[in-house]
Amino acid sequence: MSARTLRRLREGALGYLLVLPALGAFGLFVFYPLVKTAYLGFFLAPPTPNLPSHYVGFHQYGQVLGSSEFVSDLGRTAFFVLLTVPTGIVIGLLLANLAHTKVPGIRAFRTIYSSTVATSTAVASVAFLTLLNPQIGVLSYLFGKAGGNGVLANPHWALPAVAMVTVWQNIGFTFILMSAALQSLPQEVLEAAKVDGASGSVRFRQIVLPLLSPILFFAAVIGVIGGFQSFGQIDLLTQGGPNHASLVLIYDIYQQAFQFNNPGYAAVLSIALFGILLVLTFVQFFFFQRRVSYASD
Amino acid sequence: MPATEVSARRTRHLRLAVRYAVLIGAAAVVLFPIYITIVDALLTPQQITHRPPTLFPTDPQWNTFVTAFRQGSLGIYLRNSAIVTFAIVALEVTTSVLAAYAFVFLKFPARKVLFFACLATLMVPGEATLIPNYQTINGLGLLNTFPSLILPFVASGIGIFLFRQAFLGFPPELRDAAQLDGCGHLKFLFRIVAPINRSVIAAFALFAFLSAWNQYLWPLVVTQTDSVRTVQIGLRQLSGANFSQFNVVFAGTILAALPIAILLLLFQRQLVAGLTAGAVKG
Repeated sequence: MSARTLRRLREGALGYLLVLPALGAFGLFVFYPLVKTAYLGFFLAPPTPNLPSHYVGFHQYGQVLGSSEFVSDLGRTAFFVLLTVPTGIVIGLLLANLAHTKVPGIRAFRTIYSSTVATSTAVASVAFLTLLNPQIGVLSYLFGKAGGNGVLANPHWALPAVAMVTVWQNIGFTFILMSAALQSLPQEVLEAAKVDGASGSVRFRQIVLPLLSPILFFAAVIGVIGGFQSFGQIDLLTQGGPNHASLVLIYDIYQQAFQFNNPGYAAVLSIALFGILLVLTFVQFFFFQRRVSYASD
Repeated sequence: MPATEVSARRTRHLRLAVRYAVLIGAAAVVLFPIYITIVDALLTPQQITHRPPTLFPTDPQWNTFVTAFRQGSLGIYLRNSAIVTFAIVALEVTTSVLAAYAFVFLKFPARKVLFFACLATLMVPGEATLIPNYQTINGLGLLNTFPSLILPFVASGIGIFLFRQAFLGFPPELRDAAQLDGCGHLKFLFRIVAPINRSVIAAFALFAFLSAWNQYLWPLVVTQTDSVRTVQIGLRQLSGANFSQFNVVFAGTILAALPIAILLLLFQRQLVAGLTAGAVKG
């Protein structure tokens, strides 16, 4: 064996050794469980917990995905996404635009607008849980007595209230994202438009917005994906209630798997969620790719 | 002074005043929930239930924070979160740096396929693996232990992707020069490549820290006792408290957010890089 082959063999061995920790972890905690989830969907939970589960093939997939419960889950999840994503982007963009100026003290305002990134979903939810408490909450006092027992116990307001908490918690992140985007805009173009006499709102609508479209698209995609994965706020604020009013897909998965002892059912829902997120990412990507303008074009 | 100049200056002042008014108004709305949480943490339970609400603590009860830390178990929760988070960040950074190095500087069969496998993990949300991962951890007898909170997050697709991108920018001549000088791969990685890319590594570490600290669903299903519960799940325990402890709940939320708030104030600049890069994962 020549010295060169030996060196290449050693290089290859080192390569595998270095990727092994990451790929081993991915194999055990990403790829294997993904396949296993799909497989679990073939098994029907036994009527009593101690009996073995029953193999039914694709039957359970058909049953669950064709059920009205699943359609309702999807509807509520879509409604939640609709309530959070556009609102969040508009608020973030407005705040970023407001703070995109050089007046004294602006740094303090920027820090304030980014401040909610310090809160986790649990921190924001527990804070709002008490703020919205019908007896002691300051917010419920300000809003008046919405439905007597507070917004979270009201079937019409529970999901919008959870959405409000989510939007508030995401303000900091969206603001940072939009500010970074605004700062990266080509200043010459904006100056030229100013010299040409374009007013502030015309500049914003006809120059800034089109230039920002890639980042708006990016924010929309991660917003939708994040919306489908929003779990903590539901768990802490409403537990899917009242009367299923805020039962979104992911909370249904959690309840079926860990509270109702029905892993097969939950697995089918998980695969559906996985498929939706996958498709959403691709569809949005291709749909927006043709419409967004890239500054470098 | 000509009249037009005076009126122009007036308009300018007026515009500035309006801008400040809007800036302050927006700041008040964003800060309101945080402000009320702090105020209520400093009130007595009786004052919290008072109507109309007290909006300023005249007699701040600072020892509520001590109560939350001790009796509310916030001290234990914070310690647990710190252990789990530091372990996850250290492991994710290490495994990602090693893998990214191999993908850029080493030649071995199936290198591309393996890299795409790492990228593909970005498309798999945690929910799609939740139930089998729970079964795996349960099967290993690790439920309700620190390893159960750490093991599923040993590697990061986004970390490998980011580091590979950064390492690709490394001039190949430098690698050749180092090799001629007898510098082996590991020495080259730890002495030259990693230090040069420390800002990318720091940005990713910050992002990894935030996501690990803020995890909710996984810690919820694998922890059962306060001895291992992270602070997010600890808050869930606390939120079931009755009226007489609402001040403790408010103090607990602040204590839970404080470490991240301090971290973010210290690393504001890296935060932007970390958040925007990490956000790809969603």
